[in-house]
Amino acid sequence: MTLLEPANVALAGIPAPAIAFVILVSAVGFFVYVMYRRIDLLRKTLPDSRLSDIPQRIKLMLLYGFGQARQPRYPLAGILHILLFAGFMILSLRSLTLIGRGFFADFHLPFLTGSVGLAYEVLKDYTVLIVLAVCIVAIIRRAIFKPARYQHPEGSSHGAEAYVILGLVAGLMVTDMIFDGSALLGQTARHSVAAFPAANLSAVFMSGAGASTLNMLHVGGYWAHILIFFGLLNYLPISKHFHVITAIPNVFLANLNKGAIKPVQCGVSDWMELPECGLSRFERFTWKHVLDFYSCADCGRCSDNCPATTVGRALSPRMISVKSRDYAYKHYPVFGAPPNPGEEEFTGGVIKEEEIWACTTCGACEQECPIFIEYIDKIVDMRRYLVEQGRMPSSLQKPMQQIKKKGNAYAGAKNKRADWTKELQDCEVRILGQGESADLLFFVDSCGSFDPRIQEISRAFARILNRAGADFGILGPDETDSGNEIRRLGEEGLFEQVAQKNIEALQARQYKEIVAFDPHALNAMRNDYPVKFPVVHASELLARFVRDGKISLHDKYLHGRLVTYHDPCYLGRHNGIYNDPRYVLKQIPGIHFQDMERSFTRSFCCSGGGLLLWYENEEEKERMGERRVRMAEEIGAQVIVTACPFCLINLEDAVKTTGNEGKIEIIDLVELIDRCTGDGKDV
Amino acid sequence: MDIIVCIKWVPDTSEADVVVDKEGRDIKKDDLDYDINDWDRFAIEEAVQIKEKVGGKVTLVSVAPEDAEEMLREGLARGADEAYQLWDDSFEGSDGYAIASILAAFIKARPFNVVLTGTQADDDCAGQLGGMLAAMLGVPGATLVHKISIQDGKAEIIRELEGGLSENLEMDLPAVISVATGLNEPRFVSIRAVRKVAGMEIPVVDREGVGVEESKVGSRGSRTRIEKVFLPPEGEGAEIIQGSAEEAATRLAEILKEKGGIA
Repeated sequence: MTLLEPANVALAGIPAPAIAFVILVSAVGFFVYVMYRRIDLLRKTLPDSRLSDIPQRIKLMLLYGFGQARQPRYPLAGILHILLFAGFMILSLRSLTLIGRGFFADFHLPFLTGSVGLAYEVLKDYTVLIVLAVCIVAIIRRAIFKPARYQHPEGSSHGAEAYVILGLVAGLMVTDMIFDGSALLGQTARHSVAAFPAANLSAVFMSGAGASTLNMLHVGGYWAHILIFFGLLNYLPISKHFHVITAIPNVFLANLNKGAIKPVQCGVSDWMELPECGLSRFERFTWKHVLDFYSCADCGRCSDNCPATTVGRALSPRMISVKSRDYAYKHYPVFGAPPNPGEEEFTGGVIKEEEIWACTTCGACEQECPIFIEYIDKIVDMRRYLVEQGRMPSSLQKPMQQIKKKGNAYAGAKNKRADWTKELQDCEVRILGQGESADLLFFVDSCGSFDPRIQEISRAFARILNRAGADFGILGPDETDSGNEIRRLGEEGLFEQVAQKNIEALQARQYKEIVAFDPHALNAMRNDYPVKFPVVHASELLARFVRDGKISLHDKYLHGRLVTYHDPCYLGRHNGIYNDPRYVLKQIPGIHFQDMERSFTRSFCCSGGGLLLWYENEEEKERMGERRVRMAEEIGAQVIVTACPFCLINLEDAVKTTGNEGKIEIIDLVELIDRCTGDGKDV
Repeated sequence: MDIIVCIKWVPDTSEADVVVDKEGRDIKKDDLDYDINDWDRFAIEEAVQIKEKVGGKVTLVSVAPEDAEEMLREGLARGADEAYQLWDDSFEGSDGYAIASILAAFIKARPFNVVLTGTQADDDCAGQLGGMLAAMLGVPGATLVHKISIQDGKAEIIRELEGGLSENLEMDLPAVISVATGLNEPRFVSIRAVRKVAGMEIPVVDREGVGVEESKVGSRGSRTRIEKVFLPPEGEGAEIIQGSAEEAATRLAEILKEKGGIA
């Protein structure tokens, strides 16, 4: 008994190749039209320069696109996704082959013939079985175990789409198995179970069927497969599964300027002259930002790691993508006229002001996204618009106003900027005048100059530099706030002013390196300033001092207490400095050190630095700092070392409010090293 | 609706070391930063919000020396339509009465429905200007106003009183309304917003331009004279409580009982 091949079976009198042709042309035509509409919207948005450093982009695409390297951060979902993705790659060749089989009964892709073809068929058969198993596990996981990160906070869930897509993929596998299984039964020579497990499995269900039934299953399975395939293809760009098409380009086009904020408008030098500033309407997203919205698979990893979401603030980064995509699809529909936009605001309406101000720009969401969707730049662009409208939370206005007037948020007089040095004993801090030079320029920033608690870190750092025999100086009254948070809060004009003042002050002096113990200052100078300066963080310098034997550490301070380290967002995620602080800590003799579960790239933000210290949020149920202290409590830590003055302030507060005063000590790395090098008399 | 807002340029003494000058009649102001009187920010915001609701024009006016231009420009960025700086060397040394005379002369020469001021200023805290201005203009006045609604040529206002009381008043327009802080949320003024109004002219009007007699301005036109400014002598009785939380709490409770704070 030989089965009839689909290409040779006319349906309702119409030859199969004619049907195959109609399906192919209409499905591809529809797909091309939908893609055209989607790409057309990208052309209506703002420019974005994304083709710099192609080798780096190719590397990203191979590692994170095809390599799926961020998937295993969630082990189970990650492995399932990697299997599914590999399955898609392998089975795409099979799909092309099957499309051809509608025209010619013995169609093969030119490179898949002979023994290579046979090997591929074996591989394909295993893949079909694996993909089907993954679909079943994924459906069970969603339906029965319901992982919390898939739930939408605001109703309007797209969760049903996941079942549609899993159903369609499973349908593809099942129809393929029916097609192959019936062929297997129809032929006299049986293929081994070991080589073709999927076909053999389906054959079990069809055994005993008569010739005509087998023929029907074979031909019917084929056409069902073709219809599901094209249905799936066309479902992608109208659902959250567009990422199947856009994810790899999205990774290739990722933002390479980590730590920096995008310019107000790409390719515009004098943004002050622009009629609009920031994200006044949806169309002022850049095309890449809209591609991000297309690409979001709604997996919820960003929000699962967002500190604002965790403590109950209004922000959920995933919902920024989901709501923006809903807005895009509604106002730029594939078919028909768009609805009247009416009075609905995008910034402040679709995305509410509370969401926009809740972000600490910690970068946890961007670090987690498997396909590099960006959030910080979008949030900042929305803030730029609100700030232009005068809509800034009142708690932030006063400190912002102080920076404008006095160059710092602490209302300190300019000429008192170096007053923190007065309490130092036996340690001279030189204020560098214009034209003067030193090996190191210590950029103290506003917190280190004016906040009484942070002045202690400034003094500790001066003492260490002194002990290490470093030739260093400060800018004194010529220093201005670094501006890191000013920029992130959307006041670009003020950021440019303070940056310019610092640039002029820095250019008027000679030094080999700038050093800052505040990661926010480091970040602004390293990533945001239009002029690049050689700037290092205190932890990098301390690591060098220890390595070069310039300072030696003793064990007279820690007394065997369990020490943990809190990675500051602007040191770790934004600037990739994870190891130097740990290296320095581990050089303290006899240190008992343990990392928290959330550490390195998964560190949990303490609620932000700079001006965010003044931000009052009414929605949160718990402070981020409190949550962080509880994480340290879980491992029994007695000392939390951090390397950022704002983390220090937030965590010290949290130690008190969680009832851990006297039980857990919060200390800056600089202070700790000061205590582990000095004789303790000058502290 | 023509709304005129009177604003004041005041030294910021909040974080500064305040020093009395040689003559002992004023503080040293050379090293101090100046800014708009905080109460007046609320007055400007209210004026702009009234304009946004019922239409009209917002005019800012300040009796202030040249440096104050940035304050007036910031006011334009907040949404005011025009701003005037009234200054003449003869204005130097004016007290509240003389300032009110200057402002009254300026306001009388133009149409107005509502004059807004802050209830008092951060520097001298006199709280007299609104009332005197109303009297000089011959219109009703109200202070510590914490809500304003304008309808049919009348203003309905709510005043904040002591003890948590509020008072509803209806006033005929024109009127002078002196606002309390907190009656609105003043908008933020970005650098770009100020840049946008950089081209607007802010006329400086001298004594003759204002149309006020020389005898009514400066120290000659003033009715008060400061005899002495001084820092209060340091008080006694401050105690820093030391020890553990329990000890400190016990000591604090003792003190409160001693002084009659708690029964």
